[in-house]
Amino acid sequence: MDVHLLDAEPATAERDAVDAFLGPPLSSWVGADRVDDEHSAHGGHSARAERHQLLPTLHALHEHVGWISPGGLNYIARRLTIPPADVYGVATFYGLFSLAPQAPRVLHVCDDIVCRCAGSEALIATLTEQIGPPGTERDGSTWLPSPCLGQCDVAPAALVIESGEAPVARELTSVHSDGLLAVMAGATLPPHRSAVPPQAGQPGLRLLRRIGMADPESLDDYRAHGGYAALRRGFDLGPEGVIREVLDSKLMGRGGAAFPTGRKWDAVAHQPRRPHYLVCNADESEPGTFKDRVILEGDPFSLLESMTIAAYATGCEHGYIYLRGEYPLAQRRLEHAIERARERGFLGENILSRDFSFDIELRKGAGAYICGEETAVFGSIEGYRGEPRNKPPFPVQRGLFGQPTVVNNVETLVNTLAIVLEGGAAFASIGTERSTGPKLFCVSGAVEHPGTYEVPFGATVRELLELAGGLPAGSSLRAILLGGAAGCFIAPKDLDLPLTFEDTRASGATLGSGVVVAIDQEVDLGGLLAIIAAFMRDESCGQCVPCRVGTVRQEEAIARLMSGRTRGTVQDELALIAEIGAAMRDASICGLGQTASSAIESAITRLGVFKGGAVA
Amino acid sequence: MFGAGGGTSSYREVEETDLLILWGSNARETHPIFFHHVLKAVHRGASLHVIDPRRTGSAQWADTWLGLDVGTDIALANTIGREIIQAGLANEAFIKRATTGFAEYRASVEPWTLQEGERVTGLPARTIRELAHAYARAERAILCWTLGITEHVTAVDNVLSLINLALLTGHVGRYGSGLNPLRGQNNVQGGGDMGAIPNKLPGFQDVQDDHTARARFGAAWGCTIPPQRGWHLTQMFEAMERGELRTLYVLGENPAQSEADSKKSLESLESLDFLVAQDILMTKTCEMADVVLPSSASWCEAEGGTVTNSERRVQRMHKALDPPGLARDDNWIIGELARRLGHDWGHPTVEEVWDELRSLSPMHRGMSYPRLEELGGIQWPCPSEDHPGSLFLHGRLWEEPIQGAPAPFSVTPWAPPIDELNDEFPIRLTTGRRLDSYNTGVQSNLYSSPLRRGETLDLSPEDAVTLDVEPGELVQVSSRRGAIEAPVRIDPGLRSGLAFMTMHFPDDIDVNVLTTDASDPKAGTAEFKATAVRVEKVNGRRRESAGVASGEAGD
Repeated sequence: MDVHLLDAEPATAERDAVDAFLGPPLSSWVGADRVDDEHSAHGGHSARAERHQLLPTLHALHEHVGWISPGGLNYIARRLTIPPADVYGVATFYGLFSLAPQAPRVLHVCDDIVCRCAGSEALIATLTEQIGPPGTERDGSTWLPSPCLGQCDVAPAALVIESGEAPVARELTSVHSDGLLAVMAGATLPPHRSAVPPQAGQPGLRLLRRIGMADPESLDDYRAHGGYAALRRGFDLGPEGVIREVLDSKLMGRGGAAFPTGRKWDAVAHQPRRPHYLVCNADESEPGTFKDRVILEGDPFSLLESMTIAAYATGCEHGYIYLRGEYPLAQRRLEHAIERARERGFLGENILSRDFSFDIELRKGAGAYICGEETAVFGSIEGYRGEPRNKPPFPVQRGLFGQPTVVNNVETLVNTLAIVLEGGAAFASIGTERSTGPKLFCVSGAVEHPGTYEVPFGATVRELLELAGGLPAGSSLRAILLGGAAGCFIAPKDLDLPLTFEDTRASGATLGSGVVVAIDQEVDLGGLLAIIAAFMRDESCGQCVPCRVGTVRQEEAIARLMSGRTRGTVQDELALIAEIGAAMRDASICGLGQTASSAIESAITRLGVFKGGAVA
Repeated sequence: MFGAGGGTSSYREVEETDLLILWGSNARETHPIFFHHVLKAVHRGASLHVIDPRRTGSAQWADTWLGLDVGTDIALANTIGREIIQAGLANEAFIKRATTGFAEYRASVEPWTLQEGERVTGLPARTIRELAHAYARAERAILCWTLGITEHVTAVDNVLSLINLALLTGHVGRYGSGLNPLRGQNNVQGGGDMGAIPNKLPGFQDVQDDHTARARFGAAWGCTIPPQRGWHLTQMFEAMERGELRTLYVLGENPAQSEADSKKSLESLESLDFLVAQDILMTKTCEMADVVLPSSASWCEAEGGTVTNSERRVQRMHKALDPPGLARDDNWIIGELARRLGHDWGHPTVEEVWDELRSLSPMHRGMSYPRLEELGGIQWPCPSEDHPGSLFLHGRLWEEPIQGAPAPFSVTPWAPPIDELNDEFPIRLTTGRRLDSYNTGVQSNLYSSPLRRGETLDLSPEDAVTLDVEPGELVQVSSRRGAIEAPVRIDPGLRSGLAFMTMHFPDDIDVNVLTTDASDPKAGTAEFKATAVRVEKVNGRRRESAGVASGEAGD
């Protein structure tokens, strides 16, 4: 507003990119040429109501210009009546936005846990040697290391984002160094390629049944494969009937927190405050997780249908899908599916000729792990930094825009199709007493056939590894990582642990989002811990002290252990790590801080990393 | 208003009202604490309307900004009043039972059609209409103003024209509805409360008309109170010019730099026989004085005392530090001065002085020091020790039957600013303040601020193009009274023909060389807000170390 960032003015291309998204400015006070409105302006509540356009506007600018310049940032601030300092705070929150000039083609090379197991270190060494350190520009291209890109079944992976008049984003899978160097040299990008899960076509699947079988870009094919039968059945049951079935199914959230879905829906349905909002959390960013991507790319209509049912049951007229920014194919498939569904009356006014209206807006993240936290996603959609909120009030009371909100993970929502079709009781008979239904597991690392696997709750780690073809010849299992960077390592002796909420909890492990990474003897475990510690430090939003400071201290302790230059004895360092972990667990606002030390501590206690001395 | 000089509403009401008007106020910069209360209301959903020639930081928070031409406030108020009446939105029940003079008022605003209002103020008729309807329809509405209303030759009528609107709609005397002049300092209100105005004894008791009060003070002080009002500041300067006022005792003011038409006022001060200045800092006025009495900073170095804020809340202060050097408390200095002038009052404590006030001022009577401590301050009037203080004023107008005299409408004719624009002086200069500086900078220029950019002439982008000047470039600014040089700053919140300066850096650039000392005949307030100027290029010269003024010297 009145505080200007260096008085910088936007370039024409920047102004055009912003105006193309927001529409032309209507008043000279927000960027139009001065006409006859020099004596008055309207703004205030109506201007601030547009705040939620901030993140998409930043995307529009970045996609077309390749970075966010002071002039461009000023212009966005002016168009949306937001102080530039505030816009700066939001823009710098996201890893995919650059606030310095950058080459138009940016290659993000994953160097996270699974890709590292698949050899990404060598790729990065080659790029550093041939091109230069991260950020070096050559021939209009540059490269940067990236946290997990959610392509662990086809590791090592990279993502190319190219800005310009026709911006492009493309995931590169099973990459090798020649391929990356060719992309850096300006090679034409390969077409999108969606991975087909190894179980495709097998009978008895619920969540994966259409993937690889039905055309994800055809609404008719979706319907031919049983699509929109559940919505019709939902309408027959009525809102309360749907909620009753979901309660009976004992469905627990699949995003990691395992909260009973039916109770969430029931709470929102009974909130007198209107409107209610539905948010589908598709910000799948937990390292090692890629199950939601498989659904979004392979069966996007199933998500739309399940969201429509959820909205019908809980009284929402507006839904958001918050998709992580690193999933360009999923974005394309979802945009396409939403358009088709609108055309055919499955979204919009009077769906299936009922007195029920619902529409969905797709919102794209920009590289911030924390936005997968259920309240951080609200801030991100609203146009603020994606910082988690204190609870209570809970999202069902005050969520998105301060209104009662259902926020569910992709897999959770898609489960409700089976619940509505088969009935809650039948669904509850799948799996175990306290972990009902089918579950998707992201099996990756040292296995023959990495991929997304659907099994009933209760399968053991050993069974899951066998399903994935077991370890490659010559590999011997060193450890299993469950639940990703916020999860827990287990030792090979624990292979018979049943993968249920109750069994993992009882053994002090976690199921998290369904990550199962097999780690063989080739992998440097200490190095993995260092990546996890760096990841947590980088992704901490910085809002609360225990996490902001604790993740840094934890990373430093790991670095000292790795280098052998410990402060005091190794035991002193391990005690320090445990104490930092306890402080973060007890005092952080959100799950990130509360679990930022869990994988590291489990590696120390369960695997005996650092036991024999400083260097693992 | 209607007798008592204080805002009618409490901060809590500001937070809980439905509609807020800031008229001639950039509260975001000049009353930042009050603006926090405004923001609480806004975040709760209240609508905010800002009336100011400049699109200020406050205006950028507003639902509507009305950028009227400088000095057309009465025209706007009268137009709004007529529109409310025409649209049938006047609160007839309230007008009938609690006011007088409505018929004359209605007749006086009759010519102020929306079209006429648009012609005079420059505002679009539809925007005026929107505000009139929104204000009249609101269930609760609070109107606030500051110096944009009062630093005009028509200051009193400006205020009366706003009061008319509150009477028209019944937006006064109820919870969440009121009229509030915002006070620029922590104790402007307290100064008025204590009788530091020419026509009132402490507690707003009239020195001319209130015989009982005068007798009460006379009895307590063992003297006769003359039944004549004194001079206000402008009249004092006029008396100095005439040679009638020969001795001046200045406490905590810096008239050498704060007065309009400063060349003239400096001459007046220099012509005095004897000038005494009492201050916590060595101001320009102190430098001119024959005797300087260094005083302690009353908010942290003096024993006790009270201040009164914009919601009429009297609050205790406490000593935290010993004053430096020979500095003494104001209370001690005054007592000692009296003794040496032949009246030994002894050296009463601040509480003893306060208790004497309580015995003489009915509206303070219930405010004992223990109660002020216990309740965290008390809002006047508080007539007895079992009285909780008053959340808002003029609730009496809503009682059945109303208590006291009804509130009068006033006829407020509009007159343009004294300093007319013409071809020779085509640009309207208005002056004001910024967030991180305080008046003439005596106190605030002692510390650095990242936002302080020194004095500049702020111009609209259009005028900068027309004049072919760039930011930082030095220009000559001339008015009918004098000329100064100042570097240019471009402010997109200004429209062509409107320029802005502050008076924070008088040592560097003395803006008040330009302003007129024409003042309101009733209140004595000078027209700081409307000066006609001419801006000329000075051969593209730039200021040495552009933008850095004395205020940043300590960086």
